[in-house]
Amino acid sequence: MSTVPTVTRDLHAESEDLLTTAAYTTRFDKLVAWGRKNSLWPLPYGTACCGIELMSVMGPKYDLARFGAEVVRFSPRQSDLLVVAGTITEKMAPVLVHIYEQMLEPKYVLSMGACASSGGFYRAYHVLQGIDKVIPVDVYVPGCPPTPEAVLDGVMLLQKMIESNQPRPWKDNWKGPTQ
Amino acid sequence: MSQVEELKSELTEKLGSDIQIKTEFGDDVLEISKDKVFEATEHFKSTGRYDFLMDVCSVDRQEREKRFDVVYHFYSSKDNRRLRMKAQLGENEKIKSITPIWKGANWFEREAYDMMGIQFEGHPYLKRLLTHHEFVGHPLRKDYDSNRQQHCSKAADLHFEDDETYVPDPNKDLIPLNIGPSHPATHGTLRIMAQLDGETIHRSNVELGFLHRCFEKMAETHEYNQIIPYTDRLNYCSAPMNNVGFCKTVERMLGVEIPPKAQAIRIILCELSRVIDHIVCIGANAVDLGALTSFFYLFNMRERVYSLFEKLCGARLTVSMTRVGGMANNPPEGWFDDVLETVATLRKGVDEIDRMLTNNKIWIERTKGVGGISSEEAIAFGFTGPCLRATGVNLDLRKANPYYGYDQLDFDVPYGTSGDVYDRYLVRIEEMKQSLKIVEQVAKNVPGGDFSIRDKDIVLPEKKDVYGNIEGLMNHFMLVIKGLQPPVGDIYDATEAANGELGFYLVSDGSKRPYRLKVRPPCFAIYQSFTQLINGGLLSDVISILGSLNVIAGELDR
Repeated sequence: MSTVPTVTRDLHAESEDLLTTAAYTTRFDKLVAWGRKNSLWPLPYGTACCGIELMSVMGPKYDLARFGAEVVRFSPRQSDLLVVAGTITEKMAPVLVHIYEQMLEPKYVLSMGACASSGGFYRAYHVLQGIDKVIPVDVYVPGCPPTPEAVLDGVMLLQKMIESNQPRPWKDNWKGPTQ
Repeated sequence: MSQVEELKSELTEKLGSDIQIKTEFGDDVLEISKDKVFEATEHFKSTGRYDFLMDVCSVDRQEREKRFDVVYHFYSSKDNRRLRMKAQLGENEKIKSITPIWKGANWFEREAYDMMGIQFEGHPYLKRLLTHHEFVGHPLRKDYDSNRQQHCSKAADLHFEDDETYVPDPNKDLIPLNIGPSHPATHGTLRIMAQLDGETIHRSNVELGFLHRCFEKMAETHEYNQIIPYTDRLNYCSAPMNNVGFCKTVERMLGVEIPPKAQAIRIILCELSRVIDHIVCIGANAVDLGALTSFFYLFNMRERVYSLFEKLCGARLTVSMTRVGGMANNPPEGWFDDVLETVATLRKGVDEIDRMLTNNKIWIERTKGVGGISSEEAIAFGFTGPCLRATGVNLDLRKANPYYGYDQLDFDVPYGTSGDVYDRYLVRIEEMKQSLKIVEQVAKNVPGGDFSIRDKDIVLPEKKDVYGNIEGLMNHFMLVIKGLQPPVGDIYDATEAANGELGFYLVSDGSKRPYRLKVRPPCFAIYQSFTQLINGGLLSDVISILGSLNVIAGELDR
């Protein structure tokens, strides 16, 4: 069965059985997942070079709107997808945690680029060696910076996770920053 | 009498004996005792012999008795001469701050304190600038391990320079307001702390360092060609210009000249970068003020240039296309024709933006007369680039100190009158047009020949030689093991980047890694003036002023 619930209405149908003519059934959790998947509101946490590539992702050529995610919100209370695009330094880490904690459930995190995922080639005294030390991450997108196609791929992967209600133990068992 | 002798006699008269001026790699270097730094600087400022203070930094000579060198870079726009003034300083000694003479020294001195623990006596606010407030130690000292992270438990509270322990009182106080670092208009990494009287900014403070990713320490732990990708990420809106700036510095130190074809490609890359950098600046500035459409128009143009870069090297944003000694490879067939085609499209696009914004009533109301600064103030702060030219100072290193044959090209340098946001915008628009003119001229007459020099001690042999003959293999092996080794000494070299003078101060000890590499980022000096520009103005003007300064965190915080 398709997971996309569509309602068709045949006004001329003679049958009185609504179930066969005017409705299409699905499970409630699937309906919700479908809605969530197609209306991700990203918070672009762009701090460095990846932020510029993220602008390309939002721009006319790659157009994240095609995935239902064009409503960019800088308020954590209004968004459900945190896109961390760029290097997170030790100075920035508490701010990032603060923003993440302010987001309402359900919330997802996409780590864009090498720096956010692991510190990248900045094995240095002031750079956080991966944001997963302070917040749980759902999707890692590799690259320095990743191409917009790679970011779109990451978003699609996240959509699949949401659609299938995939368990997220890394988030459910999250105990807070390890540092 | 030569200029050096003239300066020497002048200083001897003023400061007494023991004035040493030597010439190193074509630069004037003045070594002076630390007690005379203040007087000498005062002399330069009052006589106007040098009108710009470009940089203040320090070098850690761990093994020497007097451990530190404090280095000052002066520039005279009248005769295009530079002077490097060096003073030695022991570990527990203090040096007099020159901030009272030259406002622009403020942050540079704070940075030197933060990075190396240099104590500047008489500095108005000698606190950490780039590292976080819980950081212990001075990371650019040679005995600090580059991989020793220190965690920060919480962000710093709201504070002002004249009020460290500020506690807001909602009943009788002016309204405190924190803007950023995660705020749409602060580009992700800048924090502004303000106190409002109604909608007017009563006083303000900025916090930076949220993107301090230790470029200078990384440069000390990597080999010369490995540093090029790090330079990409300084001003990531125009990455190739940083590549060129760095390679040009190393090449000057090595005393080599790159072939004409490499020069041409570098000019094309630089000027295209200048255009796309200004695109981000104007586009983001307009978005912040509510004009989202111009962002979509402008980003289309950026994508065109990305495609060109992608054809050239495979990367879109961080290209790392230059190597010390030339370019990494030849452009693909027909690339220069693609460049010309793109120039034509870009020209149309720039005109479109020009029509959309220049006479737009809302745009004019939001930008005209906002955030203006006089040319004297701008020079005192160390402004360079479009922001300086908007105040009416016609200074462009491409004209003042031409490199790569810029003097052979036909282009104009636009400059403004009032130095406000609108003038900065106009200067940038005209610069984009002029840059396209330059690209067109160069791409039409690309010289033939090689794209790189062929010195086996500097440049790796081509892959076909490495795999094809024993000599190529040997040269490759030797250079990888031994590394590129510039002579001992130090050098400062600057190029005109999109934001202004991008300088690299390189200290070499003759090994394959730099002993010290200091970047003089243009927007660092410009951003110093920010609190002065916004105090007393409206809160909404903060956004338009910030956008017009084009502060790029990668280069600001390094």
